[in-house]
Amino acid sequence: MEIKLLSMINNSIASAGNKGEKDRSDCFVSLTLSDAGGIHLKLNSKVEVLYGDSILELCQSMLKFFRIEHATLEIDDKGALPFVIMARIEAAIKQLVKSDLEFLPEMLSENLYSSTFNQPRISRLYLPGNTPGLMLNAGIHMPDGIILDLEDAVRFSKKSEARILVRNALRSVNFLGVERMVRINQIPAGLEDLHYIIPHNVNLILIPKCENGDQIRMVNEKIKTIQKQIGNLNPVWLMPIIESAMGVMKVLDIAQSADNIVAIAIGLEDYTADIGVERTNEGTESFYARCQVVNGCKALGIQAIDSVFSDFEDMEALKENVLRSKALGFDGMGCIHPRQIKVVHDNYAPTDKEIENAQIILNAFFEANENGYGVVSVGNKMIDAPVVKRAQQTIELSISRGKLPANWRKQN
Amino acid sequence: MRKYHKLVVNSIGKLVPSEVNGKPEIPFKGVGKYIPANRIYGAPIASCANFPSDGNKRIDSLKDSLIQAGLSDGMVISTHHHFRNGDLIANMVFDIAKEMGVKDLIWFPSASFECHSYLIKYLEDGTIHHIEGSMNGSLGSFTTQGKMAGLGVLRSHGGRYQAVQDGEVHIDIAVIAAPTADFFGNANGVNGPAACGSLGFALVDSQYADKVIVVTDHLVDFPCVPWQIQGNNVDFVVQTDKIGIPEKIVSGTTEMTKSPDRLFLANLTAQFCDKAGILKDGFSFQSGAGGISLAVAQYFRNIMLERGIKARFARGGSNKYLVSMLEEGLLEYILDGQTFDLEGVRSMRENPNHVWTSPFTSYNYHGKGNFAGLVDVVILGATEIDINFNANVVTHSDGYLLHGIGGWQNCLFSKTVILTVPLFRDRIPVIKDNVTTICGPGELIDVVVTERGIAINPLRQDLVDLTRGSGLPIVSITELKELAEKICGKPALPIFTDQPVAVVKWVDGTILDTIWKVQD
Repeated sequence: MEIKLLSMINNSIASAGNKGEKDRSDCFVSLTLSDAGGIHLKLNSKVEVLYGDSILELCQSMLKFFRIEHATLEIDDKGALPFVIMARIEAAIKQLVKSDLEFLPEMLSENLYSSTFNQPRISRLYLPGNTPGLMLNAGIHMPDGIILDLEDAVRFSKKSEARILVRNALRSVNFLGVERMVRINQIPAGLEDLHYIIPHNVNLILIPKCENGDQIRMVNEKIKTIQKQIGNLNPVWLMPIIESAMGVMKVLDIAQSADNIVAIAIGLEDYTADIGVERTNEGTESFYARCQVVNGCKALGIQAIDSVFSDFEDMEALKENVLRSKALGFDGMGCIHPRQIKVVHDNYAPTDKEIENAQIILNAFFEANENGYGVVSVGNKMIDAPVVKRAQQTIELSISRGKLPANWRKQN
Repeated sequence: MRKYHKLVVNSIGKLVPSEVNGKPEIPFKGVGKYIPANRIYGAPIASCANFPSDGNKRIDSLKDSLIQAGLSDGMVISTHHHFRNGDLIANMVFDIAKEMGVKDLIWFPSASFECHSYLIKYLEDGTIHHIEGSMNGSLGSFTTQGKMAGLGVLRSHGGRYQAVQDGEVHIDIAVIAAPTADFFGNANGVNGPAACGSLGFALVDSQYADKVIVVTDHLVDFPCVPWQIQGNNVDFVVQTDKIGIPEKIVSGTTEMTKSPDRLFLANLTAQFCDKAGILKDGFSFQSGAGGISLAVAQYFRNIMLERGIKARFARGGSNKYLVSMLEEGLLEYILDGQTFDLEGVRSMRENPNHVWTSPFTSYNYHGKGNFAGLVDVVILGATEIDINFNANVVTHSDGYLLHGIGGWQNCLFSKTVILTVPLFRDRIPVIKDNVTTICGPGELIDVVVTERGIAINPLRQDLVDLTRGSGLPIVSITELKELAEKICGKPALPIFTDQPVAVVKWVDGTILDTIWKVQD
């Protein structure tokens, strides 16, 4: 691999990371390249006594890895884990040195799991892609998925370093079995993001501001190219996000554009801006769009995912929002704060009454089958096949939510 | 440079001084093993003939009262910490001492706060020789760097009472800041602009000190009731403009943590207590004022409402959450050692079931019984816990002394002791091979709850059995330690010199561990 010093177009100083008062578990790195004088390291760390030596060793080995011989590297560390320090140093280096090399932290064996086409995706927790502190414990809150967000949650100037951080997080952070998702940037810029995530066992890609099937096909093509190089076998699912009037009109086209699309989400902040209205909690202005997305998804048997609810203090309003969303046919919703997860789970999940009804219907169905009756009935009502299907879905969801034991029929 | 050549190994293998500030000490011998006997020390006998017959003990100024109390070199001066970070009195006392040119005083607070870092200049210029109590924040750093002339002594709230009763500490002058008092010296903390609720931490000082000065900014006509501090124990009463900064004494805004990770820990702790059968009608609990502890009580509340369970009493610092449980009938009594917010103060003032207590009633080793042992479950924190369940609350992993013991050691005698901690803080593992300083022997610590698993002390097979098959993430403490190291990396150890800077006392007065000067 060839390494060239970038010509001194800007200057020879680069920096990466965060150093605000509230930026815990992060570090801020500045790198100055020079022509002579060897390597100078300056470390200011709140964990210096415990990890100072190992951080300095890491610096040395990274500079060596990227074949930098003369430089000053300063690290202002607020207790960043090694994968974060690595990401910050690599990001700083790559601002100054053109290199295809990647300094990868070890891939945790716990992170090699895959996900399935129709597993529940009721809750997905958004995590800003350049904020490591929020990633570390995300898994303990047990959302159905976590979304490492490279798009709206990352400032434009931080896009490159966020990619590297997200890459390292996919390898080093144990998300405890929840589906590992990344929201890439808008196509075509987002295609570049794929290089940083596809080789690291991402389970699902969210594609923002989707307006046509071509965007999906470009993503899939890129994924295939990357997978060919690295031999990744786990499936990578797609979840396009509809955020414009055009997207809404093209839902079916988008949903049909690839067979690895497991769900379509709607993003209402951008959508309401696009049609020129205020977003309200009641959501009258987006009623049509949401119905369109739900119908497009259901027509193809994929999940319909509602927009996030942005007031993370108001749990009552969230609950109402979820109940409205569930009534429209949505299967889940993004969460912007861990506190929202439980409310989202509890209110999308079937109610006790719904579970009870579903049990009665399924019991009647099984009994009819066992006895060879052609017609299923409960009381004096005849039960149609779609009703049975819906009951089946309710029961499956209840079991996956822990609201019903898997062997519920035997227990009764 | 002073040297401590006399070091001995105590029963848990820690090297401790056998002499502290010139007095012989006893190394820790094991929990419940050291039982001092005989009549060792009593309070001085007073005669009312020596006091004004009209009951008026007022003196014009704090300085005059200190002069009349005989303030002189080498004396032990005590203050209480009910004003927390809003205390103005301790600093004022040593300003006067400095002005008078008095040297080598020993400050014996029931705890110190960051506002007391003001006193560092008096530790440097010899006005104060050393501190026996707690050395928090900047005072702790100062101590750890070996800059204090004498050796610091850290005691629990109960241990402070014991130390006075044992004659280990002889208080020459107690200065008791009182939110309300009368001219006779009766005083309480429930009324007045600096109201702080309980004054329990000052009780031992009022009973045993040679001279007792009550300082108040709210003088009322006799009688000042309730008299949490009894005027019969008081020598002088001083009125000043302001004894504390109310908003720093009780922040009227003690709020539940909003940190999702902390709430998760609190919920998991409550779930554990529920599954282990601890939350049943008539149970009792103690949880502190920390963010996680406040939240635990709130999760208890949810479970209690769901099940129709009521608690008989809650011990510990009170706050608006406990008060609301008391008022909605979920809780019959609050036994309150310190009051953390204005709701707590109001409740103590108005509600006879909100009872103020002192370290003697709650925590003391030299009593005929110990309330702490009657509490069903206590939820505490720690800076570090080792794989033998020994825990640290005073130093950080880098060796620095930053916190006091508070009532933490005393609470370890509860029936079930739960330490709720994150597995790691930033990059610093909380569960380790060895803790920097042992403040609590592992045999008294039953459960460690972290966000990535719950470890039960093998000594508590009953809890292991009760929670088997409960769905709780029960793991071994070693697994937790390994997981923490896997995430954070194995930490290096701080480098210490061979110079002790402070000792940690056990509740019986023996020396549990030593805090060493850190390498520059």
